[in-house]
Amino acid sequence: MRFLKMDMRAATVAAALTASFGLAAAPADAKVEGDTIILGAAMSLTGKYSTNGIDTQNGYELAVDMINKNGGVKVGGKSYKFKVAYYDDESTPARGAQLAERLINQDGVKYMLGPYSSGLTKAIAPVTEKYKIPMIEAEGASRSLFTQGYRYMFAVLSTSEQYLASSVALAAELAEASGKKASDVKVAMAFENDPFSLDVRAGVVEDAKKHGMNIVIDDKLPRDLADMTSTLTKVKALKPDLLVISGHAKGAVTAGRQISEMKLDVPMIAMTHCESAKITENFGAGPMEGILCPTQWSETLSYKDDLFGTAGEYDALFKKTYPSYKTVPYQAAQASAALQVWKDAFERANSFDTEALRDAIAATDMETFYGRIKFAPEGNNIAKPMVLRQIQGGEYLVVAPTKWASSKVQHPRQPKY
Amino acid sequence: MLDNISILFQAPIFAVDLLIQGLLIGGIFVLAAYGLALVWGVMNVKNLAQGELVILGGYLAYQATLWGIHPIVALPVAFVLMFCFGWVIYLVIIKRVVDRDMFTSLLATFGLSLLIQQSLNLVFGPEVRIAEAGFGTLILGDLAIPVIRIVSLGLAAVLAVGIILFMRNSRMGQAIRATAQDPRAARVLGINTDRVYAFTYALNAAICGSAGVLVAMIWNIQPYYGLVHSIRSFIIVTAAGLGNLPGVIIAGFGLGVWENYAGFVFGAEFAIAAVVALLVGVLMVRLFQLYRVRQVVR
Repeated sequence: MRFLKMDMRAATVAAALTASFGLAAAPADAKVEGDTIILGAAMSLTGKYSTNGIDTQNGYELAVDMINKNGGVKVGGKSYKFKVAYYDDESTPARGAQLAERLINQDGVKYMLGPYSSGLTKAIAPVTEKYKIPMIEAEGASRSLFTQGYRYMFAVLSTSEQYLASSVALAAELAEASGKKASDVKVAMAFENDPFSLDVRAGVVEDAKKHGMNIVIDDKLPRDLADMTSTLTKVKALKPDLLVISGHAKGAVTAGRQISEMKLDVPMIAMTHCESAKITENFGAGPMEGILCPTQWSETLSYKDDLFGTAGEYDALFKKTYPSYKTVPYQAAQASAALQVWKDAFERANSFDTEALRDAIAATDMETFYGRIKFAPEGNNIAKPMVLRQIQGGEYLVVAPTKWASSKVQHPRQPKY
Repeated sequence: MLDNISILFQAPIFAVDLLIQGLLIGGIFVLAAYGLALVWGVMNVKNLAQGELVILGGYLAYQATLWGIHPIVALPVAFVLMFCFGWVIYLVIIKRVVDRDMFTSLLATFGLSLLIQQSLNLVFGPEVRIAEAGFGTLILGDLAIPVIRIVSLGLAAVLAVGIILFMRNSRMGQAIRATAQDPRAARVLGINTDRVYAFTYALNAAICGSAGVLVAMIWNIQPYYGLVHSIRSFIIVTAAGLGNLPGVIIAGFGLGVWENYAGFVFGAEFAIAAVVALLVGVLMVRLFQLYRVRQVVR
């Protein structure tokens, strides 16, 4: 009986293998079919990342549509259209890596778009590297993605260590404007002890050191964070000029509530996840007034390009195309920008050769509605700054970097507790 | 670390601040720990799902705010609902493990805690939730004390006094105490111990649920946040000893204060580590005490 079972299993495996070889044999070379360039992407269409995964897919699709409608991609004097082949990775990294293999090996895809989230990107990048397939990703921000020496992966978004570093730069700018030295600024930090928040912390520490600032508090927050009283009491005692907090939505919820309860009197507070924690809805616009929140992109920025126009025009087009959205997530905007980079690279390389394309992508330097895109040798975008918005009267207004900002920063913050 | 200690000495107002905040949250710890002492003492069941019962109560408060009901109003409702929930859990699970050995009850209640966690995750999702009372802050000179903490300490006190009076004066309270002393003798004297057990577990669930409502108003809740509350309850009960209500109260307040000071001095990351270190300390002191007693006997 036992042997019989084993045989059955062997037979199943053999059948599956035959079937997959059969499948693999069918589309021999699918990278360019007729006048269509096929890009591949594993996308989290189901599972825990599905909301953001679908945002990303919509961003990709909107850009594909717009590029195809506006003359397509010109290679060798001929106009080509983009098409993206998707597979659902179910929000699991292992599945993502399998699907990347399948896209490249079986479907013959030679040009990849990134999946959603750092975790999935981390799982897929080794596959695209192995086959020397260029990938432009838009949703993996973790610093650790860019320390592996990957040659074929490029990211249009700002990396996670930049999330709050811009608040340090802003604090330095404001100190100097008021006749003080940047090195006089006292910084208090409270970061959760997890990879993302520690990335954010590393960026803050680096920039604070660069300006010679004094870090007076450096608290790590526990994973099951519910109370920050002791940290905030320390903040009250040491009176820093800048308080930076990052600990996902729970960090923002806890900080938002206790900042309000303890009537914290710090001139500048910056934290991540303000919107996912709904701090203005939960704790009122008055107490949250003046808190700075970073974002990759905002529709009020004065960035623009020839395809989508301004950031505001992109916002309007996206809402028109997908009426279910009330606000446009930055995940969609950066996904669209990834396709603009592909188009630009194809046209500059004027070739379908992956090596030529890789070099063309590496040499990218373009303005888009999403911001400027120029890659470091490690593959991350170094030209687009992280944007800081400030809560003013319950609205999130872009206040930094000053060059692109639509509103003036309120400093010191004037909360109404 | 030394800098942080020196702050406390240079600006004693912050030491006072931490002390008050610690005492205010201590009341909530006392509630959950008293419930555990009750179940442990009467039924000899070490309820690992203690923290999950707290979190469940918190979600009831959260759900109430979604319906536009103030979370304080939700407190008595949560008490009643959690009482019923506790009774059902007793009939379905606890009843079958009361007379078994310790590991059976540990495993069963651990399973129950996982079940509650995952169910909450399915219903409410993994995001942190809060129930905002919107009471503002009381300013006393340099001290800023959230009013909700004072209110919740008051509510915890009312609840505790109510339970003490109930245990002392009512028939059921007497039956519970009798069963705790000697279940067999209690049965001989005509006490329906099965009913007493059910009532005890249900009362524990109700106390925990009420504590959870306060937790949702002061901190935040998440399906997997129960564990810290379980740990705190076990530490308090271990430190105070079973059936020692004044001990539970003192240990609860002490733990609240200790947690705040430890968070201040060692950093927030180590607040819970400090709590567990305290448990180790308490157990060692207990061990030495036992050792001394044994020597005397010999």
